[in-house]
Amino acid sequence: MANVLVFAETRGGELRKLATEAVAAARRLADATGGGEVHAFVAGAPGVAQKADALGRYGADVVIALEHPALATFERESIAATIAARAKSASYRAIVLGFSAQGRDLGPRLAAKLDAPIVSDIVDLEVAGDALTVKHPGYANKVMITLTISGSPAIVSVRPSAFSAQESPRTVRAETIAPAADPSAARVKVTQVVEGSKGRPDLADAPVIVAGGRGLKAPENFKLVEDLADAFGNAAVGATRAVTDEGWRPHADQIGQTGRQVSPQLYVAVGISGAIQHLAGMRSSKTIVAINRDKEAPIFKVADYGIIGDVLEVVPALTQAVREAKKGH
Amino acid sequence: MDDFAGYAVEVALQTKEKAGSGEVVVVAVGPDSVQETLRKAMSMGADRAIQLKTDTMPFDGLSIAKALAAELKAGAFDLVFFGKHAFDTSAGVVGTATAELLGLPCVTAASKLEIANGKGSARRELEGAAELVEFALPAVVTIDEGIARPRYPSLKGIMAAKKKPLESRPAQLGPIRVVVKGMALPPDRPPGRIVGEGPGAVTELVKLLQTEAKVL
Ligand SMILES: Cc1cc2nc3c(=O)[nH]c(=O)nc-3n(C[C@H](O)[C@H](O)[C@H](O)COP(=O)(O)OP(=O)(O)OC[C@H]3O[C@@H](n4cnc5c(N)ncnc54)[C@H](O)[C@@H]3O)c2cc1C
Repeated sequence: MANVLVFAETRGGELRKLATEAVAAARRLADATGGGEVHAFVAGAPGVAQKADALGRYGADVVIALEHPALATFERESIAATIAARAKSASYRAIVLGFSAQGRDLGPRLAAKLDAPIVSDIVDLEVAGDALTVKHPGYANKVMITLTISGSPAIVSVRPSAFSAQESPRTVRAETIAPAADPSAARVKVTQVVEGSKGRPDLADAPVIVAGGRGLKAPENFKLVEDLADAFGNAAVGATRAVTDEGWRPHADQIGQTGRQVSPQLYVAVGISGAIQHLAGMRSSKTIVAINRDKEAPIFKVADYGIIGDVLEVVPALTQAVREAKKGH
Repeated sequence: MDDFAGYAVEVALQTKEKAGSGEVVVVAVGPDSVQETLRKAMSMGADRAIQLKTDTMPFDGLSIAKALAAELKAGAFDLVFFGKHAFDTSAGVVGTATAELLGLPCVTAASKLEIANGKGSARRELEGAAELVEFALPAVVTIDEGIARPRYPSLKGIMAAKKKPLESRPAQLGPIRVVVKGMALPPDRPPGRIVGEGPGAVTELVKLLQTEAKVL
């Protein structure tokens, strides 16, 4: 029986979906050790402690809230110091984070502060006696690597969507904690948060992604990709590096080996050749559709469904057909 | 050279060029095969190189960070750049953990960077948003996509790199507590099919997405 600490990340005072997934993973880990407690750590501006009940719903027994006006933004140094202080005063079998901009930043800081072993980006975990075994897709998602971690606390970060947030309601014991380092005196200081385009889900959360490549020929033709994404409804828009290098789309939209790694229910590749570095970021999507005028394009090797044709003609037709299909529902 | 490590070397070279003076030192932990990578960095323009020698490359990022921190502890530098993550592990642990062990401020996954007047500012991509940060030097910065592409070494650079100093000494790795138990190739995707040609094929595609793939 061992307790597990989990960092439940928030942005703008709201819990992120990945936070509930991390809590679910922590619940699984605690249960696998014979039924320890899950302690969820949440940080934010005053009021964030109110997220305790939501965290209890996904299996947290204790919610530790770090509240401070300066924590309206992600003040990493203060958060890392406070989690580390907590972990030193209690004995945790593991610390779970999300593999996100926040989790990637905090995990290694905690590993160094606590001299604790760390594995990032896991998709599965198993406990057998003292050993913690995890799975991590490495080498740009080409190889599933099984790793054993010895020592406590083991720090792991979970890949988005790999652990489903399951309801496992608890009565939460709420605690507050004082910052171990002043969040308004950090050496790395957030000066501004730039919100992305509203109305579209992030690439990690979107069930559908429509991605465009150089085959679109000109930046204004990305409108066709946007329109198709709108027709699906809950879709995000992605791009290849050829496109982000041209400046047609921001680098943050890039999917692949040096961009984002995604695995939506449906991935529509529009005018994308299917270079190995692009496939590295999307080949684990559930269903892949490719539209390309070259029937030899490598993207067709991974696509479940392909249409050979000019994207400038096929995509508007597809947008229309998807709109109609949606109406029919 | 690893993708993001290439970006980091390029950013280091540009930082020196902009400052007008200084030195770029490249450091790598690993077996003798990393010497080739270090020479490549020197052919791009780095001034000298240090190999922290290991027999194999552990999958334990913290142990590598300890070796780097031991080496850098005595160093006089303004900035230490790392790639955002390595190709094999994609973990992104080493840079940030090294910073923490050295007690230095650290900006992870910077997609824009400005260094001026002893201070830095950077942009970091969050999921669906971005944050702008300011930080003091010396600092550690890990480099994301979007800042810089590694330059191609010139012939002159390649010749010069052969004469640049490359020191090698044993890495003081920490204990290895993360061990690879197995590797497996993910199952191949079942072969797909071409639904048809031209705009006329979309009706069939939508039908398949509804009835077969059930994603619409
Ligand atoms: C270190 C490194 C890292 C990289 N990381 C990434 C990464 O993270 N993500 C990434 O995407 N790439 C990455 N790349 C680049 C990658 O190798 C490819 O160059 C890139 O993915 C190609 O993008 P593309 O498919 O848009 O363009 P192209 O390869 O030029 O393909 C365009 C496709 O459009 C088709 N086409 C053209 N016109 C039409 C039309 N009218 N109708 C229909 N089809 C048409 C063509 O047949 C072709 O298949 C990386 C490369 C390197 C070296």
